[in-house]
Amino acid sequence: MDAFTTLRAPAMPINAANVDTDQIIPARYLARGREAQREACFHDLRFDRDGTLRPDFPMNRPVYADARILVAGRNFGCGSSRESAVTTLVDNGFRAFVAPSFGDIFLNNCFQNGALPVRLPTERVEALLAALEASPGAELSVDLPSQTVTGPDGVEDGFEIDGFRKDCLLRGVDVIDLTLSHAAQIAAFEARQSQEVGWLDRLPTA
Amino acid sequence: MTTPRTLFDRIWASHAVVERDDGYTLLYIDRHLMHDGSAGCFGLLHERGLPLRRPDRSFGTPDHFVASGGAGPLEPLRRRALEQMTDNAARHGFTMFDLGDARQGIAHVVGPEQGVTQPGLTMVCGDSHTSTHGALGALAFGIGQSEVAHVMATQCLWQRRPKSMRIRIEGRAPAGVVAKDMALALIARIGAGGATGHVIEYAGEAVRALTIEGRLTLCNMSIEAGARAGMVAPDEITIDYLRGRPYAPQGADLEKAEAHWRALVTDEGAVFDREVTLDAAALAPMVTWGVSPEDALPVDGRIPDPAAAADQAAGDGMRRTLDYMGLTPGEAIESIEVDRVFIGSCTNSRIEDLRAAALVAKGRKTVRPAWVVPGSGLVKRQAEAEGLDAVFREAGFEWREPGCSMCVGMNGDTGRPGERIASTTNRNFQGRQGQGVRTHLVSPAMAAAAAVEGRFTDVRRLLA
Ligand code: SF4
Repeated sequence: MDAFTTLRAPAMPINAANVDTDQIIPARYLARGREAQREACFHDLRFDRDGTLRPDFPMNRPVYADARILVAGRNFGCGSSRESAVTTLVDNGFRAFVAPSFGDIFLNNCFQNGALPVRLPTERVEALLAALEASPGAELSVDLPSQTVTGPDGVEDGFEIDGFRKDCLLRGVDVIDLTLSHAAQIAAFEARQSQEVGWLDRLPTA
Repeated sequence: MTTPRTLFDRIWASHAVVERDDGYTLLYIDRHLMHDGSAGCFGLLHERGLPLRRPDRSFGTPDHFVASGGAGPLEPLRRRALEQMTDNAARHGFTMFDLGDARQGIAHVVGPEQGVTQPGLTMVCGDSHTSTHGALGALAFGIGQSEVAHVMATQCLWQRRPKSMRIRIEGRAPAGVVAKDMALALIARIGAGGATGHVIEYAGEAVRALTIEGRLTLCNMSIEAGARAGMVAPDEITIDYLRGRPYAPQGADLEKAEAHWRALVTDEGAVFDREVTLDAAALAPMVTWGVSPEDALPVDGRIPDPAAAADQAAGDGMRRTLDYMGLTPGEAIESIEVDRVFIGSCTNSRIEDLRAAALVAKGRKTVRPAWVVPGSGLVKRQAEAEGLDAVFREAGFEWREPGCSMCVGMNGDTGRPGERIASTTNRNFQGRQGQGVRTHLVSPAMAAAAAVEGRFTDVRRLLA
């Protein structure tokens, strides 16, 4: 997994609450390859039903071509567990997401893909959205080691992140390898469980 | 005296393999459910040359990509996903309820039905509605594909202890008000992110009175409130439900298991991070009007006015929603005409759901295209044994093959742009049932009522 340390880049605002993963990538693209999924990012928000580009949707605006940070309203990435919602955004260059809150599974999926979800207070996100809308293409700075986000107004905010997640992101840790280093403990757990709830080991034979 | 513990505390404590100082726990996963959408995760396993650690704890069934129209030619991409799953079942030796097996169906219908789901277990699936299984007192939650691969390789997951929330639904639900209505009323109250980061325990008289199928519907919708999981402590209803199910313990094992299950309680005095109480007696059949499950109203309600919204941003959001949904402020829910009706999904495709819909359909005629998609082959068989298929067919409903079908626009079953669908599913998101489709979430009986009336109708009038 790619490590994440600091990022200074233009930020794209999506000024809406409850942007679900069906909106980030519609289900009909889920059986497709990663490149097709990259192109399908926000598909139904970017295109009208007849396939014409919606010029007002931020991702269609040239000014956001280099955006690598996304700022959105509460509960971003709620809904379906599809990890493609994270990977399509990552493949489109987005490595950090700023919102008052995130869908739980989306949040977890970020950490599996070297992306950083940042939770800031609602009022601060609203201020950032307003600032980004007022000056499209403005930059944000995200600093993971010091756990801060700096807005176009120069105001710096701290954010919370679990030590475990932070460490994995900073070092680009492979979590499966980490877990496999606990193989002995897993095996001991299984042996104990077989004693206590042994019926789980017995499947019907027919 | 020991500290009072919750059901969740008990399950968590008994599954901790490693506890780190930074608050992370390596949690053992008892059972892993797979569906055709997670078939690709095997690629991540193979890339590393790792085996599936516990094939005996892994169960699969295709559902997302299955077309409910029966054995027609499949689009190549979907066919590949289905074949991948079958190939991997053969290669790794996990239990698979494949197409053509009567046990095939939606993973969240099949797990409980087969007795794979049991009290006290930790369960995961690469699907957000894994919360469904908590109805039997399991800790069950959805994960993404990387985490699926992690579970395949290690049978464990790193988890930070979630917060706890108890939702008591007290009193008795009036006739015609079902678990789906409780779920929608709850989400309308606390919001689509209202339970984010929490595991919900549902309690109270109205929850205790629910059958397992009702509890499955309620727990299913937990994720729509943002919850990690939803659960109901096991009781005699749970144990009765599990007895004799193929993957539930049998004989002497069953006796031991029952004793174990009965101990899975939340102690008197246990503390939750948050408590919410709902009065069941005050509930009515619910209908959603927007593009988030929190946009739900009683059937006698009216479309809200963006001008009356709390602030500018909320008003703008509501305007966009009403524009997408093609609705006007002040419009009565019961005056909204629907174009089609879908009865199915892991929320509402079990036998009791079909019975409730058939009760409304019996002796009436649909005036809109309407589909019934049973949740599994066994649900379908049971419904046919009871003659429900005949009731539906005579009323003009289409009786289809088990799978996710029109719940998610990825298997060929979609609505047309602009179409308004009364749907027993769990997500009214934009485009969820096809681009531009307008979804209204309702209970099975309410969906059947919409099919025969052509508009949302208080089902209690039809049943009176
Ligand atoms: S029925 Fe719908 S919500 Fe349930 S698993 Fe299938 S697609 Fe997901």
